[in-house]
Amino acid sequence: MKKTNGKKLNKRNVKENISSKNGLSKRFESTYRVLSAIMIVLLLGMLVVMILGMPPIGYAQNPDNNEVAARYIESGLKETGAVNIVSGMILDYRAFDTFGESCVLFVATICVTIMLRMDGGANSSKAGEDENPEAVTALKKKEDEDTDYEDGITAIKTRTGRGVSRSRRVEHLKSHTFENVDSSFFEPEHDTILQKCAKFIIPIILVFGVYIVLNGHLSPGGGFSGGAVIGAGFILYLSAFGFEDTERFMNAKVIKWVTFGALLVYCLAKSYSFFTGANHLESGIPLGTPGAILSSGLILILNICVGMVVACTMYSFYALVRRGRI
Amino acid sequence: MEFIKNFPFFSIMLGMFSAIVSSVLGAKAAKYVARTALFIIMVLSGVLLWYTYAQGGGSYVFIMGHFPAPWGNEIRGGSLEALFAVFVSFIAFFCVIGGSKAVESDIEEKKQSLFYILVMLMTSSLIAMCYTNDLFTGYVFIEINTIAGCGLIMIRQTGKSIVTAVRYMVISLMGSGLFLIGVTMLYTITGHLLMSPIQETVRELAATGDYSTQLTIIIGLMTVGLAIKSGLFPFHMWIPDAYGQSNVVSSCLLSSVVSKGYIFLLIKIYFRTLGFDIVKDSGVLEVVFIFGIAGIIIGSLMALREKSLRRMIAYSSIAQIGYVYMGIGLGSLAGVAAAIFHILAHGVTKSLLFLSSAEFTDGSHARRIESLKGEASQHKASALSYAIGAFSITGFPLLAGFVSKLLLGGAAIGLRTRQWFALIALAISTILNAFYFLRTVVFMFIAPSEEHDAEIDIEKGPEKFVSIINVRNPLYDLALLALIAVNFILGLFSGPIIDVINEGLGLFS
Amino acid sequence: MLELIHDNINDLVSVLLFVIGFADLLFQKNMIKKIIGLNIMDTAVYLLLASQGYIAGRTAPIVVDGITSTEAYINPIPSGLVLTGIVVSVSVTALMLSMTIRMYKKYHSLDLDYCLLKSREE
Repeated sequence: MKKTNGKKLNKRNVKENISSKNGLSKRFESTYRVLSAIMIVLLLGMLVVMILGMPPIGYAQNPDNNEVAARYIESGLKETGAVNIVSGMILDYRAFDTFGESCVLFVATICVTIMLRMDGGANSSKAGEDENPEAVTALKKKEDEDTDYEDGITAIKTRTGRGVSRSRRVEHLKSHTFENVDSSFFEPEHDTILQKCAKFIIPIILVFGVYIVLNGHLSPGGGFSGGAVIGAGFILYLSAFGFEDTERFMNAKVIKWVTFGALLVYCLAKSYSFFTGANHLESGIPLGTPGAILSSGLILILNICVGMVVACTMYSFYALVRRGRI
Repeated sequence: MEFIKNFPFFSIMLGMFSAIVSSVLGAKAAKYVARTALFIIMVLSGVLLWYTYAQGGGSYVFIMGHFPAPWGNEIRGGSLEALFAVFVSFIAFFCVIGGSKAVESDIEEKKQSLFYILVMLMTSSLIAMCYTNDLFTGYVFIEINTIAGCGLIMIRQTGKSIVTAVRYMVISLMGSGLFLIGVTMLYTITGHLLMSPIQETVRELAATGDYSTQLTIIIGLMTVGLAIKSGLFPFHMWIPDAYGQSNVVSSCLLSSVVSKGYIFLLIKIYFRTLGFDIVKDSGVLEVVFIFGIAGIIIGSLMALREKSLRRMIAYSSIAQIGYVYMGIGLGSLAGVAAAIFHILAHGVTKSLLFLSSAEFTDGSHARRIESLKGEASQHKASALSYAIGAFSITGFPLLAGFVSKLLLGGAAIGLRTRQWFALIALAISTILNAFYFLRTVVFMFIAPSEEHDAEIDIEKGPEKFVSIINVRNPLYDLALLALIAVNFILGLFSGPIIDVINEGLGLFS
Repeated sequence: MLELIHDNINDLVSVLLFVIGFADLLFQKNMIKKIIGLNIMDTAVYLLLASQGYIAGRTAPIVVDGITSTEAYINPIPSGLVLTGIVVSVSVTALMLSMTIRMYKKYHSLDLDYCLLKSREE
């Protein structure tokens, strides 16, 4: 309670300082708010006016149910080999969009890596967490206040045998440098109930994810949703068994090369298909019998690639947030 | 189909491919991959420009996949698109080679390869945005561009740059939301996503008079969405921090090409998707015109007040974006052509200014303009380049900025009420430009007097002796030289380029 | 009027949600609330998009028993666009959250204005 008060006070002081320095900032803020409110009301009015004149929802005569949608439905099965028309559409008719979409995921991963990966050593000091002396002292003070409480807890926890990682965590929080932290600092606490349940449920999650990926052209689903499920399975594994166990099969190297390989196959496969299509060449990719697992040409391969990329991306987001490296 | 017609597709895919390959490479290899890829893209676009303009290839549609319009994705090649692609790859190539030492000193070594990935993704998404013939593809590549731009802003990872990146993302995301809702509504009333079929349907709708209110609002939403992203006046708050804080290569790319890509897409939407007549009738262009002029005046005034060199150049960007929107807002073909020429001129000049100022200031220290005294004697080449850039942006004859201001003024004459506003804005901003840019040039070239030096030492001691990393190497000089040369080419031989722009705009509709 | 509203009720709701999300992005100072606003905004657009493809009485566009008649299925295009859009939204959310984490580590606050003031002071 006390610490939050202190922090708030600190914040208010800073604000007052700034606003007294150039007097205008308060007036500027209120003008900004009024202008934004006017803008919001205008936007709402415009959108509502626009919406009320739109074609009503749910009618087959609407302008968007035209020859484009008709061809996707009528000849989609024959031309792409996919039973799931939406899959056929996004991975064959409009594949360039979907390629762009995978690149969005790729560029987001790159940016998150730049933000969160701590490469250790010289970098950490350059990355400069806690360069801000005032905040550091404020936090240190806050922790000093907490120390008694934490010590009590540590004592209790140590007695019950679970407090080792906890007390170490408190130590690290106090020292505020994550440079020389050994990897066990980020390990989850070993929870028996979680581990037993995870052992039971993770295989099911992974198999279900693989099923969604492989059946992307036959039923609802596809690379993205299946990949997300697989990624969630890995994250659960990590939370239950810790980094040491998980690193046997998911580490930075594996993730890097799997992502690279999958994106490369995606890029090359799509380039081949675009090139042959535009130059009116035969692509020579068999479409197979619709409805079978091995059918619909490139769509299955692309779904697997997307699935691998998404699973790795989801896992690496979690790992980056958790401990600053994959 | 001739093989040359594949070049737009090759340039987009090459950019993406090199980015993917760079993800497993180290910093040095990624740098060379990026340089090679950018050079190849530049050559490919140049050949395409030669083919479409000099050889009379005109414009053509390239099917991405096995299905023709309106079922599959398409891109469209033409002389104007090729010109813009040459512009983007030229700027990106010379900024990357010129700023390589700045990149090495600003960014941690393990993250340098990520920086080059971002540059490649940004370039290829810009090229895709300029070639695309499909609105939804345009939206997806806008998002890639936005996220890559965010990465470029925060690459130095100081507290300031992260806060700036957050503000940039918040503002940009509002823009994408508005643009996406505009695309959705346009799809609802036309039933298409490809540009050419939409244009046919919109023509029919305009003839019958159906959905006219809806069309106006859709045009407004798309315009506002893209204007927010390119930093037009009321949404400019993030620009000075973003350009002033980030690494010099990022500043060059963000100010010269990233914000211009959105404007080019907007022009393409006006001409290829909706039809310029319908846009003109909707009255949206008047609003664009007013905000463009407001941007010019306010950007110039704020640049005048600014004390730090990099931030001053950034404020001048706001004014230049205002010029471009003013040109579009004139509502005539000549105005849009002048706006496109201004995009090129400003891109070349602004990257010259940022690149040459890298030797005086590195972004992390607010280098005050007064402390620039006597810099010219120490850094002759970059001071001279900076002076040429400053002269160009002020509008001295022989240089690119002069021609673009001439074109803007010429386009304005003859439009009854708008001409006075446009001409007065041009006059005021030229005076202000001259004032604040030439002030810096004069400071650089006067010798520091002894007493002044002493005064500065006491007052701003640390600022004077800020150790700035030496960014010079032969490639830096080469980049400066290339940018100056293109500046003179745009100033002296603007005829063919204006021809390309006019022909390209004619082919758009 | 009532009939108009009834015909476009999905659109109306999604537009309202869109404006709520937009206002959140503009007015909230807390980064987490801003990100929530962003997600509301994106989701509203997807709701709008998805309802454009709906046709009363028809089923999802997955071919059953080899029937490939237009009469049987809804419009597949908006569904595909929503799929693409969701990925974009996920990426942007992850990026914003990671930037928030970094900002919090640096300034110990989620308030964007406060962080801005602190960063100006440096």
